[in-house]
Amino acid sequence: MKKVHVQTTVNGEETEFLCEPRQSLLEVLRDVVGYTGTKEGCLTGDCGACSVIMDGRPTDSCLVLGVEAEGKDITTVEGLADGDTLHPLQKKFLEHAALQCGICTPGFLVTSKALLDRNPNPTEHEIRYALAGNLCRCTGYDKIVRAVQDAAAEMQGR
Amino acid sequence: MHELNYEAPTSLDQAISVLAAAGENGRMLAGGTDLIIQMRAGVRQPGQVIDAKKIPELQALSFDAQNGLQLGAARACCDIIADATVQQHYPGLVEAAGLIGSDQILARASVGGNVCNGSPAADTTPALIALGAVCHIAGPNGTREVAAEDFVTAPGQTVLAPNELLVAFQIPAPQGQASDCYQRFIPRNEMDIAVVGVGSCVALDGDTCTAARIGLGAVAARPLLAKEAGDSLVGKTLDDAAIEAAAQLAQQAASPISDMRGTAEFRTHLVGVLTRRTLKEAAARARAR
Repeated sequence: MKKVHVQTTVNGEETEFLCEPRQSLLEVLRDVVGYTGTKEGCLTGDCGACSVIMDGRPTDSCLVLGVEAEGKDITTVEGLADGDTLHPLQKKFLEHAALQCGICTPGFLVTSKALLDRNPNPTEHEIRYALAGNLCRCTGYDKIVRAVQDAAAEMQGR
Repeated sequence: MHELNYEAPTSLDQAISVLAAAGENGRMLAGGTDLIIQMRAGVRQPGQVIDAKKIPELQALSFDAQNGLQLGAARACCDIIADATVQQHYPGLVEAAGLIGSDQILARASVGGNVCNGSPAADTTPALIALGAVCHIAGPNGTREVAAEDFVTAPGQTVLAPNELLVAFQIPAPQGQASDCYQRFIPRNEMDIAVVGVGSCVALDGDTCTAARIGLGAVAARPLLAKEAGDSLVGKTLDDAAIEAAAQLAQQAASPISDMRGTAEFRTHLVGVLTRRTLKEAAARARAR
């Protein structure tokens, strides 16, 4: 199958890749572009491990074709830290031990960032609702919610 | 996933030509939250996938008091549920569209895709039926209109010919004191498929009901308009007796199956409960307008 040339922006950098139309954005990000922080989970849009931010919205990259990324602005978990300085969400996930095995963590971080970008001061209810598309089988969610609350507070200077 | 061609036409005419050339082998792609899963599972294997999202008519989201809401088939649910005008005039549609999945799903999924997927349990279809939505369809021979209750014909099947696509929904503007409500039953709080879903829309003149439509989901092979149930309310005061009578007619219109999500008996019970609740809520909203 002929490959398609796609131009997009990933983590602020203009990025070009070749992909087959049947390849998902998840597959392209991991195997073609090399952003392996984005994880493959269920491949049915249930678990959120593959979440990226696309044009400001949290999106399951397993349910997007790579060719659909043309002209889009995509953020993966690799785009959160500033060099060696972790994003407040990453720092608070570590401080609150908001992860155990870690496979869901990139998805939670990216989805949480999309939430805080839109709503810098969410209620606990809003956080739990925004993270409803991300499944974690280790933590029971409480520590994740506390980490997001704490990160929001820090980013607001509280 | 199987091999496929991808096209992203930027006009309706282009989309119709690509679809016509693909014949039975073509499939429109809106948000992909059903189609990509189906392609991955091998349930659908279109050789030509046509992206609907760059066609302006399929992204429409505009309201005026005369024509009501023009809702493009591929417009993402996240835009619809965040729109203040849609929230004001069609709260039941907002309820239905907001239930389709997580934020990640709502960022991609569309009402048109939800309907075209043809699930009897789709959340937005009963809401659209209640609102009297008209589906605008385009193909090589021109355009045609189909009522929302006639669009889905069987599980996974619609009235669309292989060379036709759903362009938009035209949803009438609420006249005077009119409003709608959609509720579903699921055995958990969020992120599930409806065991039963009911959309109700009522118009009032003072205490008297002047029009009522009730849409039912997940209780037949396709979403239904419970016409007799809605019609039974016209000219009446929406008191408990009238609502109970309508709920019983809605139960008679339902012909549910028993499956892993619920028994036929339980689903019939739910049709009664949800018809009562959605009628009362729609009426309360109508009075508040």
